[in-house]
Amino acid sequence: MSSLPVQRFHISRRRFLHAAGAAGAAGLLTSTSQIARAAGVTIGIVYVGPRDDFGWNQAHAVAIKALKGVAGVKAVEEENVPETDACAKSMESMVNLDGADIILGTSFGYFSPFMVDLAKKYPKVQFRHAAPLWDATKHPKNLGSYFGYLNQGHYVDGIAAGLSTKSNKLGFVAAKPIASVLSNINSFMLGARKTNPNAVVQVIFTGDWSMPVREAEAVNALVDAGCDVITCHVDGPKVVVETAEKRGVKTCGHNASQAPLAPKGFITGAEYKWETIYKGYAEKLAKGEALPNMVAGGYDTDMVQNTPFGAGATEEARKAATAAIADLKAKKPIYVGPLKDNKGKLVIDKSYDNYDPYLDQMDYLLEGVVGSIT
Amino acid sequence: MSDNTLFIVFIAILGGALRVSTPFMFVALGECLTEKSGRVNLGLEGTLVLGAMSAYAISYHTGSPWLGVLAAGCAGSALGAMHGYICKLPKVNDVAIGIAMMLFGTGLAFFFGKAYIQPTAPRLGSIPLGDWTGNAQLATALQINSLLIIGILVAMAMSWAFANTKWGLIIRMTGDSAPAAMAMGVSVDLVRFLATTAGGFLAGVGGAFLSLYYPGSWNQGLSSGQGLMAVALVIFARWDPLRCVAAAFLFGATGAIGPALQSVGITQGYYFFNAAPYILTLFIMIASAGSKRASRDVPGELSITK
Repeated sequence: MSSLPVQRFHISRRRFLHAAGAAGAAGLLTSTSQIARAAGVTIGIVYVGPRDDFGWNQAHAVAIKALKGVAGVKAVEEENVPETDACAKSMESMVNLDGADIILGTSFGYFSPFMVDLAKKYPKVQFRHAAPLWDATKHPKNLGSYFGYLNQGHYVDGIAAGLSTKSNKLGFVAAKPIASVLSNINSFMLGARKTNPNAVVQVIFTGDWSMPVREAEAVNALVDAGCDVITCHVDGPKVVVETAEKRGVKTCGHNASQAPLAPKGFITGAEYKWETIYKGYAEKLAKGEALPNMVAGGYDTDMVQNTPFGAGATEEARKAATAAIADLKAKKPIYVGPLKDNKGKLVIDKSYDNYDPYLDQMDYLLEGVVGSIT
Repeated sequence: MSDNTLFIVFIAILGGALRVSTPFMFVALGECLTEKSGRVNLGLEGTLVLGAMSAYAISYHTGSPWLGVLAAGCAGSALGAMHGYICKLPKVNDVAIGIAMMLFGTGLAFFFGKAYIQPTAPRLGSIPLGDWTGNAQLATALQINSLLIIGILVAMAMSWAFANTKWGLIIRMTGDSAPAAMAMGVSVDLVRFLATTAGGFLAGVGGAFLSLYYPGSWNQGLSSGQGLMAVALVIFARWDPLRCVAAAFLFGATGAIGPALQSVGITQGYYFFNAAPYILTLFIMIASAGSKRASRDVPGELSITK
């Protein structure tokens, strides 16, 4: 508990400066942050890693970069902020010093207690967090969640991968067996089986979000076992894509564009399109409208996209993938039952809508995936 | 398990031993040298990361990966020299300084390394040792990097020098009994300073292998604790350079078991298989720690054993 006095001092000093600033400008302005707020919309965004990691953080940073071109929008960014008290301090200084109207927290662990507490402390500022954690019954109204259904992108990857494999064995390097990862693996397999009924997806779980050496080992092991298309769900897919390229096999990406890393074998990749969500926030804030607390979507709402085709994509694969994207935009379901898991139990009994909450609780790998979640 | 399955697992373990072991080997050799002189440098994780970053940056700017390796060694020596100098001051604890240097090294690497996450630098090439086999998988597994050979040569040279040269004997004497070294007119501080600097050089070169060969790119999660494990491997190898090489190979090989078994469809219990290197290390440590020989191998001046 030794950190408590330090924190108190920190906040009281900030409050003191804030008050002193306001007192200095007494009669003209009531607080320093209003100067900035009058100028337009200021967005503050906090990343857990570097902005150019070829992965999760880059996907957000690309969207913020696109936003900077919009008139009247200012963006403040901070990288490498750990999921500790440090993120609360970063966000608080964005509110107090930069006059941010909205704070975007992009890492899972930022939400509770840090963003929840800040939202209570600064009720006039909007807080949004990139994972479906917001609960209307528990959390303040100026807090909310946004996320994308990336499995739709992986489904398109699978469609193209099924037509790109010669051995009918596709490799998937995954970090942890949680629902969103499992859904990406299953969707990739369903896409591949749609264009190639003999395709099998071989999964290797590395056990953690960022394990570069083990990820490289996993790719080598998959290629040695005969896989000739590799994709992944890890924080930074750079190592996976580069190692696969070195081994001369094809790759599908994840999170952001990895196309430049694999000039020969890159097919396409599942990417978020946070830009749509962030632009929506900025427009509503500029007009003074209320922001939605929950924003989630996929291809049909333009929140997910696929990386432009690389040299690894054949003409046939491109056509099939483009058609699959049109299907997803028309809300055609990915999970069409009956489907069994890879232990033989019926898990998908009927056709499920792509946003059906039942799919969010996925804790199985479907038949066609070789792997185990334990 | 069919023959083919066994073959794939064998290939992965062999390949893993050859691919993954080099950084462990260099850091363990560096730490072995430092500890032989009677000092512990726990900061080699930071040295490894800074070495990886410097190697990548210099290779990118000059176009020569070998200059990158040299830069990594120099960056490592600088950190080692700093550790050596600070530990010379009175009432300084080398373990605490080591932890501080670890944070300093990684922090410095992250700070300067930001600009090098995106660009692609020229990498070190590989030596194909397995082309004669006529088997593509085996040939790939047998591709090695010159740094692996250099590491083994360094280990052999160190092992020979500790036993047969004046310098080797001075380092061992400093590590076993500082009063004896002083009685002989040897400057204990200078020997330890030089040993820590040279140890830092080796650890830095280990980092260059990570960013310039395997996995072969710079990012902040690159090391994920390998430097710390390598320091532990020195204790496991009982301060013998040749046993450090063996320990590094063993660690690389067992680390490949987890992914290899999953790739052939043995998927249950992968958390357990991923932990194989640590479990194995633990068991060998328990088996060997009890012997009298083991306690005789420990340099007498180490602050962790004193």
